[in-house]
Amino acid sequence: MADAAPSRQRDTTLMGMYLFLASEIMLFGGLFAVALALRLLHPQEVAAASRRLHYGIGAANTVVLLTSSLAVALAVAAAEMGKVKGTVVSLLAAAGLGLGFLALKAVEYGMEIREQLLPAFTPAEAFESPPAHLFMDLYLVATALHAVHVTVGVVLLAGLAWRVHRRSLALPRGAAGVEVVGLYWHLVDVIWVFLYPILYLVR
Amino acid sequence: MKVVAPLIAVWAALLALLGLTVGASLMLTGTPSLVVSLGIASAKAALIAWVYMQLRREGGLMRIMALGAAFWLLILLGYLALDYLTR
Repeated sequence: MADAAPSRQRDTTLMGMYLFLASEIMLFGGLFAVALALRLLHPQEVAAASRRLHYGIGAANTVVLLTSSLAVALAVAAAEMGKVKGTVVSLLAAAGLGLGFLALKAVEYGMEIREQLLPAFTPAEAFESPPAHLFMDLYLVATALHAVHVTVGVVLLAGLAWRVHRRSLALPRGAAGVEVVGLYWHLVDVIWVFLYPILYLVR
Repeated sequence: MKVVAPLIAVWAALLALLGLTVGASLMLTGTPSLVVSLGIASAKAALIAWVYMQLRREGGLMRIMALGAAFWLLILLGYLALDYLTR
């Protein structure tokens, strides 16, 4: 940063994003609070319900999201060096991995519907216990809300790649624009990092 | 390469931590399982925040902004656990 003004503008942009991310953390925080209460009240039933989830698919999707975060971090690094092509390729890779995450999640939901595990597609009597039903309600709400965030992220990343490609976002001057979308994507990743053990690995 | 190498190292560490948390879930149950899995998730979140979200190069103000929400969340979850654990 050569002079003070762009750096101050960048700080303001980033702070606004952090404020938004804080509200996102509180949104998912309510769901984490439900998960904690359920687990403290019904440890056995929750563990039994969690064991029925496909933790291997969840782990594979964690790998996909962690890798997409790496791609976004590489995109930010490339943007700050003014490398247009590197930025575009990395952003598209991250968006593609986001789509992969959603595809795998859809396959998983399909399996859970067939196994009579997913609320809204399964009669209440099919659940092992009322706490198991509650836990699966939480699973559906939390993962669906997260999937909505991934979908928004994919659109943002692809749109950003388009703007960088068309030079309507000039690099490295507009690198902060890549950075704020990156922050959002990393937070969506961090939320999944907590959702994974809280939902899939209760033992 | 000076910029890229730490990003890839963090990615490898994140994958190793994922392996560790899956491994731990096969061996531990109950409270130890909860403590270990949340500890590992926190370590992963810290790596992402510090290196990928670049808090390592930001000033104090930005770090407080980022950590503030986590702090509020701990207050929420802390009081909730206090309630359920002391009934």
